[in-house]
Amino acid sequence: MLLRTQALTKAFGSLRAVDGVDLVVQPASLHAIIGPNGAGKSTFFNVLTGFLPADSGSVIFKDQDITRLPPHVISRRGVVRAFQRANIFQTFTVFENVQASILSRKGKTWNLFGLAAGMLREDTLRILETLGLADQADVRAGHLSHGDLKRLEIGIALGMEPELLLLDEPTAGMSPEETAAQAALMQKLVAEQGLNILFTEHDMEVVFGIAKSITVMHQGRVIADGRPNEVRRDRHVQAVYLGEEL
Amino acid sequence: MSSSRRSRWWLIALAVVALALPQFAEPIVVHTAIEILIMALFAMSFNLLFDGAGLLTFGHGCYYGVGAYTAALLMTEIGMPMFPAMFAAMVMGGLVALVFGFFCVRLTGVYFSILTLAFAQLMFSVFQQSYTLTGGDLGILDIQPPAFLVAVNNYYYFTLVMVGFSIWLLWRILHSPFGRTLHASRDSVVRTQFIGINVRRYRLAAFVIAGVFASLAGALFAPFNRAVAPFLVSWVKSSDPVLMTLLGGAGTFWGPVVGAAVFTTLHEVAIGYTTYWLLLMGSILLVGVLFLPGGILGFLEERSRRVAAARRTRMTEARGASSNASAD
Repeated sequence: MLLRTQALTKAFGSLRAVDGVDLVVQPASLHAIIGPNGAGKSTFFNVLTGFLPADSGSVIFKDQDITRLPPHVISRRGVVRAFQRANIFQTFTVFENVQASILSRKGKTWNLFGLAAGMLREDTLRILETLGLADQADVRAGHLSHGDLKRLEIGIALGMEPELLLLDEPTAGMSPEETAAQAALMQKLVAEQGLNILFTEHDMEVVFGIAKSITVMHQGRVIADGRPNEVRRDRHVQAVYLGEEL
Repeated sequence: MSSSRRSRWWLIALAVVALALPQFAEPIVVHTAIEILIMALFAMSFNLLFDGAGLLTFGHGCYYGVGAYTAALLMTEIGMPMFPAMFAAMVMGGLVALVFGFFCVRLTGVYFSILTLAFAQLMFSVFQQSYTLTGGDLGILDIQPPAFLVAVNNYYYFTLVMVGFSIWLLWRILHSPFGRTLHASRDSVVRTQFIGINVRRYRLAAFVIAGVFASLAGALFAPFNRAVAPFLVSWVKSSDPVLMTLLGGAGTFWGPVVGAAVFTTLHEVAIGYTTYWLLLMGSILLVGVLFLPGGILGFLEERSRRVAAARRTRMTEARGASSNASAD
């Protein structure tokens, strides 16, 4: 298995936002975490990536305990994330955004006197082409559309060559066309680049359209886990999503 | 003309004027020019932190003062020659920045700013009160540059070379992968952490580099002024680079230099006419902040961009009109 959490718990005061979560991400996966608002999905992501410290439990990535490591160390181990609200470098161009993360991965960020401008051009453009952002390489990131921003952040993450990519609501706020393109991009990354993606998502069409496995969270706990068809038929899940077509 | 080519011409013109200045200007003007150069370096080192890393320090005078005092003490107490004394001043400034910075970069935002101020005030009281070492509030007098630099024109060229080289180094640093990473952390600390960067470490490095260049500015000032006093370490001195940078334009590389030039010149001129020069400086700064939020250089760049954009639009419209005409 690629990643495993054991009894992972995070509380805010008396609210147990993540409550003893056991989750396994198998290799070659496109794994969705779903659940109603407040189910603890985002907190789970934050604890997983070291953004928030876990209260108890552990996170094992490729047989190594990464539970209390800081975000920058976890990112270098191969677990890289994108945020629900695209978090990019505003004043950089699209090119520079992706280049910054490749510079980091290749350990060049302590180079004090070289000119960054021309560095790692091919590596950066290759990622931009994968994302379909190559023609906007010189556009300032602050001027991008919402959908492009979210793709750009995936590009920043890809610059780190992660083994596990965590996407928090990758299609949130997107138009139907953008959503379809984003879902296709995720499938492409898994199929062509051997990437593993763990993502949270509200859009059930996306989830059941592309996910190979699904974990359902409710009030901080995992209530169901399995293949899309199994999850769809699960009675607990139907109760939680009462009235919604799954 | 592209903006980079235009700025290259500006740079060449500036270099020519700077090199020729002592040939046609009065000694008092050359004297002011030396001050401008020193303050420009001081303000630029500040802006490495401010615009470069998004860190506002209110205590940068500390490193300027440590540089000035280290050079002054070494030259007067043990008779060290000026060049090694300047080098030692930079090392000392870097070490002090390393120690203080170690604590400061643990904080962010306004807490960072306040802690830098606190450390600077601490240093100020040390310099002001230890009469045996630093002469207390009397400071240190009679700091003599080597004989060949006593003439104001010679000291000017010496300062020009030192500051010019430092500015070139700062330019390289800001455009290097390291500088990029600092900029990245300014735009988004969280995103930068999540591309594997230990942001604190980069901030500390920037803090030390800024401290080293500020100490060099201070070390250039001491033999030029022939004396140092505790006010060089004071919070008033710390406010100089902040005001100069804001006035000149923090978001541009040359902004602090423009700010230092305008600020220092105004000061020299105003002080000859009125004892209320602080009031005048305050008013000018107020106007600057209110009406030129990007600073002088930021304003000029924005305007030239707008003019260029307008010209482009006119040209495309003209082309569109002519192609329409030919279609008819």
